[in-house]
Amino acid sequence: MACFIVPAVEAVAVTAAYFTVKNHEKKIALPKVSESTDFSSKQVKITWSKRLGWLMSLLWGGVLLLAFEHFWHGEIAPFPPFLTAMVSPEDTAEMLHEMATVGVSMAVFVTAVWGAMCGVAQLMVKKIRKTVSSEA
Amino acid sequence: MTLLITFIAAIIATFLWYSNEKRDTYKLGTLSLIFWGASLMWFMDFVFEYAELRADYFQQEFADILNDSILGLTVVAIGLVAWLIILLIKDPKGVLKEKFAKKQ
Repeated sequence: MACFIVPAVEAVAVTAAYFTVKNHEKKIALPKVSESTDFSSKQVKITWSKRLGWLMSLLWGGVLLLAFEHFWHGEIAPFPPFLTAMVSPEDTAEMLHEMATVGVSMAVFVTAVWGAMCGVAQLMVKKIRKTVSSEA
Repeated sequence: MTLLITFIAAIIATFLWYSNEKRDTYKLGTLSLIFWGASLMWFMDFVFEYAELRADYFQQEFADILNDSILGLTVVAIGLVAWLIILLIKDPKGVLKEKFAKKQ
C-alpha cells in the first residue's frame, strides 16, 4: 500500500548524512585515493561518504522503482491525498500496519545488506593494505 | 515476476560492473545498486506475502503473471532511465561540457 515510504524516509536521512559527511571530509582533505579505486597506496581507505553513497543508491533506487509499482497498481494518485489508502480510515489503518511491518523490514533488510557490504569491502581493503606493505 | 525480472537485471548490471574496466566512468556501480535496492525491497515484500499465502502465492492466473512481467520490464526501463540521467548529470567524460563550451 505504501510500504516504500519507510525506506524513503531513511533515504532522506541518509542523503542528509551523506552531504554532511562529504563536506566534513572535504574540510579535513582526506587523501584523493579514497574517491577512486586506486589501491596502489598504503593509505587506501573507503570513506564514509563513499559508504553512505552506496546506501543512498540502494535506498533511492528501491524507493523509485517501488513507487512506480504502487502507481501501476493504483495505490498512488497524482492528486491529494496522493495515497489512495488515505481515503477511508480502514484502509489508512491497514496502510499504517503495512508500513510498520513490511516497510520497516524493507528498510532494515537493505541497511543490513549494506552493512555486510561495508564489512566485506573493509576486509578486502585490509587485505590489499597488507599486500602493499609487504611488497614495499 | 517483477521481483524475478529486477533480480535478473541486478545480476546483469553487477556482471557488467565487475567485467568492465570503465565501471567508474559509466557509473555501473550505481546502476547495479539501483536494481539491488529494488530487488531487496521486493524480496522482503515476497517474504511477507508468502508467509500469508504459502503455496497459493505461486498459483497465479496467466493474466496476473503477464501484468507482473510487463511491470517488471517497465521497472527495469525506469531504472535504466534513472541511471542515464545520473550519468548525464555527472558527465564523467565531459561530453556535455565540451559540447556547451563549443557553442559559447
